[in-house]
Amino acid sequence: MSLVLNEDQQLLKDSAKAFVDQNAPVSVLRRLRDSKDERGYDQALWNQMLELGWAGMAIPEAFGGFEFGYGGLGVVLEESGRTLVSSPLIASVLLGGTAINVLGSDAQKGELLPAVASGELLLALAIDERPHHNPTRLETTAKKEGDGYVLNGCKTFVLDGHIAHKLVVVARTSGGQDDEAGISVFLVDAQASGVSINRSQMVDTRNSAMLSLNDVRVGADALLGGEGEAYAGLTRVLDIGRIGVAAEMLGSMQQAFEITLDYLKQREQFGVLIGSFQGLQHRAAEMYSEIELCKSAVRGALSALDDAQKTDKEIAILASIAKAKLSEVATLVSNEAVQMHGGIGMTDEYDIGFYMKRARVASAFLGDALFHRERYATLNGF
Amino acid sequence: MQAIAQLEDFRESTRAWLEENCPPSMRTPMVDAEVVWGGRNATFANPESKIWLERMAEKGWTTPTWPTEYGGGGLNKEESIILAQEMARINARQPLNSFGISMLGPVLLESGTHEQKMEHIPKIVRGEIRWCQGYSEPGSGSDLASLNTKAIPDGDDYVINGSKVWTSYADKADWIFCLVRTDSEVPKHAGISFILFDMATPGVTTKPIQLISGMSPFCETFFDDVRAKASNLVGGLNNGWAIAKRLLQHERTMISGFGLTGSQADKGGTTSTMDSVERAAMHYRGDTDKISDPALRDQIAQFKIDSAAFAMTSQRSVEESKQGQGPNATSSMLKNYGCELNKRRYELLLSALGSQALGWEGEGFEGDELAVTREWLRSKANSIEGGTSEVQLNVIAKRVLGLPDMLSLVQK
Repeated sequence: MSLVLNEDQQLLKDSAKAFVDQNAPVSVLRRLRDSKDERGYDQALWNQMLELGWAGMAIPEAFGGFEFGYGGLGVVLEESGRTLVSSPLIASVLLGGTAINVLGSDAQKGELLPAVASGELLLALAIDERPHHNPTRLETTAKKEGDGYVLNGCKTFVLDGHIAHKLVVVARTSGGQDDEAGISVFLVDAQASGVSINRSQMVDTRNSAMLSLNDVRVGADALLGGEGEAYAGLTRVLDIGRIGVAAEMLGSMQQAFEITLDYLKQREQFGVLIGSFQGLQHRAAEMYSEIELCKSAVRGALSALDDAQKTDKEIAILASIAKAKLSEVATLVSNEAVQMHGGIGMTDEYDIGFYMKRARVASAFLGDALFHRERYATLNGF
Repeated sequence: MQAIAQLEDFRESTRAWLEENCPPSMRTPMVDAEVVWGGRNATFANPESKIWLERMAEKGWTTPTWPTEYGGGGLNKEESIILAQEMARINARQPLNSFGISMLGPVLLESGTHEQKMEHIPKIVRGEIRWCQGYSEPGSGSDLASLNTKAIPDGDDYVINGSKVWTSYADKADWIFCLVRTDSEVPKHAGISFILFDMATPGVTTKPIQLISGMSPFCETFFDDVRAKASNLVGGLNNGWAIAKRLLQHERTMISGFGLTGSQADKGGTTSTMDSVERAAMHYRGDTDKISDPALRDQIAQFKIDSAAFAMTSQRSVEESKQGQGPNATSSMLKNYGCELNKRRYELLLSALGSQALGWEGEGFEGDELAVTREWLRSKANSIEGGTSEVQLNVIAKRVLGLPDMLSLVQK
């Protein structure tokens, strides 16, 4: 397991950074917010990202991707996090595409993955039902009827829910609350009768939606993975999502830190640069140290995803290390960034507030630090 | 790069040599009482330690990469890695542990004259001379450069007067590497020299300091008209601060290993309850499947996650320095974080053991419980010795983050 980027990954990272700096500054997100953009992302920018192959990065060649691994997708997510790029990359590619790749049959992969890689098909993962992430506590049900299923339930925090063509819905086909057995995953057409999707306005200006399923009928071919047997695969999908989101958070926190460091080197008070004050220096040095640990946690987890020898449990532990650590440090760094900017940090005109808002949403998504520390303890038998 | 075949030959011959020469008890985990420090009064609690030291020193493998000219092993990087791997394969102990190897030797090789190396390096390699470090003084701790021990030239000697403190094992050491003031008229950093002398020289006295842990590894050291040979001044007159900083880097690299050892040892389910904070927490609460106190459980999980991320960072730092992209300022960050982690580990062990971690001696406490108490107290020094955590944060702020230096403004 290597913790440094290989030459190809480094090249990809450099070109992604150059592209993002040039084409996707924070002002793009600001414009989407201020214009109350219906889609919540910039279509021209997304088209360019598709041309660069970002959507096909982790998809196998046989299914229309570039097979560049999660290490590749990870560096792209990291760089897009630097300027808080809003795009379908997380919902449709990292989560939706991965769900099909991990859980789907060859026929489903052949039909859907090339369309995910090309951007024609947008997916969204619908799993959470309450304010806290908890993958086994499901009230959404799928009842067998005829040769298909009928779905009922409500979902929240569905990233890109309102623009998705198809929804990847997690539901219970059997079992009781908190059982791992009995969990199934379905592919549901967003236009299907009984599906209603309401966009939620989130603090970070990124897309999210509430979904309600009212006697939604799907065929047996809508199942991703075996009936009642999807939990192990779903866990892998979620872990990949957690690691990918951690990579995005790594980019955002590094950028927020660098912006803050620049500010400490130019703002003068009492006749000196405020960066000369030890009260700020030590906090900056502590943030630097924590960010170095975050880099290692993300690189370690990404390289494990591309290592076929790693077991599900090893991946799970690394995913929880990464998501717990990144969620904790993203909160620390974004809070300190606002504080160290003083009054200007409280203004909407200045970008730093966007970083704090995104840090909170990303921290909560797919389990916050508390969730992942609890999971880490359970996985390690204490 | 050597041909792979040559390296494989080296591996084979090394393996065979170790197989033949490493005594059986030297293939068992090290115990504190059997660590070999060397020196004129070296003691060997286990007679096989002496045999092992002599055999390894003969090959120069106590210091595998040092030049053969001075008694070292003369191995290149690849070969030294193979030697380390082959020693690890049979769990071979380090034959010799000394400040000569970890601190003085590397700077002497970099900055010493040929004559100085000829005089001192072979004795470090063979463990014949035990060294101690004369840095801190009663009035010069974090502000080390303000040190006041004076060395005045007199013929072929310097005459040294002053005192040092926190001199590790000064009462057991044979020689000292010492920072002395050789010019009081220039800015403080520019008037310091680095000099070596024998602790048996008339005028040297040492007095052990009893610590909060009950141990006395450190001494006060006094110099009263001590004569040191001018030929033992290393790196040139008034150039001692550069040498001292270089040596501190070596020391920090060594200390940052503590955090790594703590987190690596903390694997859970190993031989002793104390090796794993979470096992200890469950054992002392009588828990079976998980730690019943959710707050402690969360704190331990957070500690273990930080330890895992720290271990990956240390590994990444090694990989980066191999690729030549290593910013070496990370040594301050690793030292600081490693020490703080080790302190956290002992605080958590205290929470885990409850009142069983609060005994001092005698009945009612097991040996490993009393050891936790003492080690907890000892761990408080981790973030003081070798530069306090606050000094490390200053270094990171200035060297890594490029923040302006308030101290230099004040001193001007």
